[in-house]
Amino acid sequence: MNHSIIKKITQAIAFNIFRIMSVILVAILFSILAFIVYRGASYITWDFITKMPEEGMTKGGIFPAIVGTLSLVAGSMIVAFPLGVCSGIYINEYAPENGFKRFIKLMTNNLAGVPSIVFGLFGMSLFVNTLKFGDSIIAGSLTLGLLALPVIIRVTEEALKSIDKTYREASYALGATKLQTIVKVVLPMSMPNILTGLILSIGRVSGETAPILFTVAAYFLPKLPTSIFDQVMALPYHLYVLSTSGTNMEESRGMAYGTALVLIIIVLILNLIANIIRHFLMKKIKHK
Amino acid sequence: MIEAKNLNLYYGAFHALKDINLKVAEKSVTALIGPSGCGKSTFLRTFNRMNDLIPGVKIEGDIIVDDENIYQKGIDVDRLRKRVGMVFQKPNPFAKSIFENVAYGMRVNGISNEKVIKEAVEQSLKQSALWDEVKDSLKKSAYALSGGQQQRLCIARALAVEPTILLMDEPASALDPISTAKIEELIHELKKKYTILIVTHNMQQAARVSDFTAFFYMGSLIEYDLTKTIFTNPAKQQTQNYVTGRFG
Ligand SMILES: Nc1ncnc2c1ncn2[C@@H]1O[C@H](COP(=O)(O)OP(=O)(O)O)[C@@H](O)[C@H]1O
Ligand SMILES: [Mg+2]
Repeated sequence: MNHSIIKKITQAIAFNIFRIMSVILVAILFSILAFIVYRGASYITWDFITKMPEEGMTKGGIFPAIVGTLSLVAGSMIVAFPLGVCSGIYINEYAPENGFKRFIKLMTNNLAGVPSIVFGLFGMSLFVNTLKFGDSIIAGSLTLGLLALPVIIRVTEEALKSIDKTYREASYALGATKLQTIVKVVLPMSMPNILTGLILSIGRVSGETAPILFTVAAYFLPKLPTSIFDQVMALPYHLYVLSTSGTNMEESRGMAYGTALVLIIIVLILNLIANIIRHFLMKKIKHK
Repeated sequence: MIEAKNLNLYYGAFHALKDINLKVAEKSVTALIGPSGCGKSTFLRTFNRMNDLIPGVKIEGDIIVDDENIYQKGIDVDRLRKRVGMVFQKPNPFAKSIFENVAYGMRVNGISNEKVIKEAVEQSLKQSALWDEVKDSLKKSAYALSGGQQQRLCIARALAVEPTILLMDEPASALDPISTAKIEELIHELKKKYTILIVTHNMQQAARVSDFTAFFYMGSLIEYDLTKTIFTNPAKQQTQNYVTGRFG
């Protein structure tokens, strides 16, 4: 009797703690967003998103940085998505259960925890200097791609693992080979979950500054790239520049908030697009 | 003709099938019954070498399919699996359209003539008594079908690669009574053309659909006879106890 009351009270307390925690979390996220919208919204005009920066970046727009960030997101995903999915397939489907596989998995996990500045240095030394790509979209994309790789590998692995083995068996039972089974049955069913990984990566990649610092990002470059060997401006770096080392930081403060808001909006839009694709695929493969 | 000769199967150290000898009659239905965990599925899956996929499995003895020991060296397992179709416990259509589900087996086996495929798909769906229900929605996702329809789709998918043997592992256990009755009716129809092995835990079902029944207990084949004999006058007390539901 007494015991059950205590149990109920403990339950209620625990439940409320969890609830308060999540409310606090949402409140913090929301106030960050609200703050940026509040400070940045007035700067977002058509000119701001379509014009070149002017007068020491205190006037004009951020168009080249938007283009730069979009091309880096696209470039890094072109690098990381196929590579990550293939590695995930190899690890989950082909690698024999032995020390080597455990080692690969361990290394993949470790790679996910490496600070992004280290990726930046690595990218600079390998892509910019050794391979002589110079500061360029391709060097930046490769570096960001490497950064995104561990997440995509892991998500692919988990997605493949979650497919019930009866689907594989049904395919084998019809005389399909392992490769046919993976490509035609397992992979399509895993795609929505793999896309979740892609969404996470896009979010991460578009906001990173350190990996692009020494590999692609330009301080001030008021023109658009013409090839993948060009440097570009990028939103996160532009934001960093505006708020730490601009020519006139007081004047560019507002533009920094505007830039931050644009970056957030771009990430949200990219997520939305990926989610719509995911939802569409999900509907196609929904299984009970 | 299919036959198991001195068949032993081990999952690692666990002896799952013990010295099984069994000759299956062609173009008839053989039911495999026995308490859960006695090895029915394991035995069924030796006929299309599905157990090969499980690491640590060891198999001794012979399985003869069409005068050929399917465990001998040099056997093309993919080809074997074309000859031996399989239907699973839970309906498991692929994330494809109804049409592509049935066409899948042909496509992976290198058939690319669309006309041939189209005809075979129609033929298979007719054989599995699903054609009339889906002929106007072949492009729809297989998951739009009901559970019972999905299972008949899986049967059509198996038939499309023209097997001679059908393995069914509790094919109706996840279905409602009406869908179950349809599947049983279908099995009755299919045995005119195919040799069918069916695992079932449902005694009435075994009695209804099968011509022969094999009773397994703890990895051993206890008794194998005409279904009528097994259910009315079995030779072993153990069988008697099991089929009358007096099993400890
Ligand atoms: N992959 C496996 N690894 C190890 N043991 C298994 C495996 N599959 C089945 N077994 C064991 O083999 C025995 C027979 O299993 P199964 O053939 O599935 O029985 P049934 O279909 O008659 O219920 C059971 O004791 C089961 O635990
Ligand atoms: Mg079973």
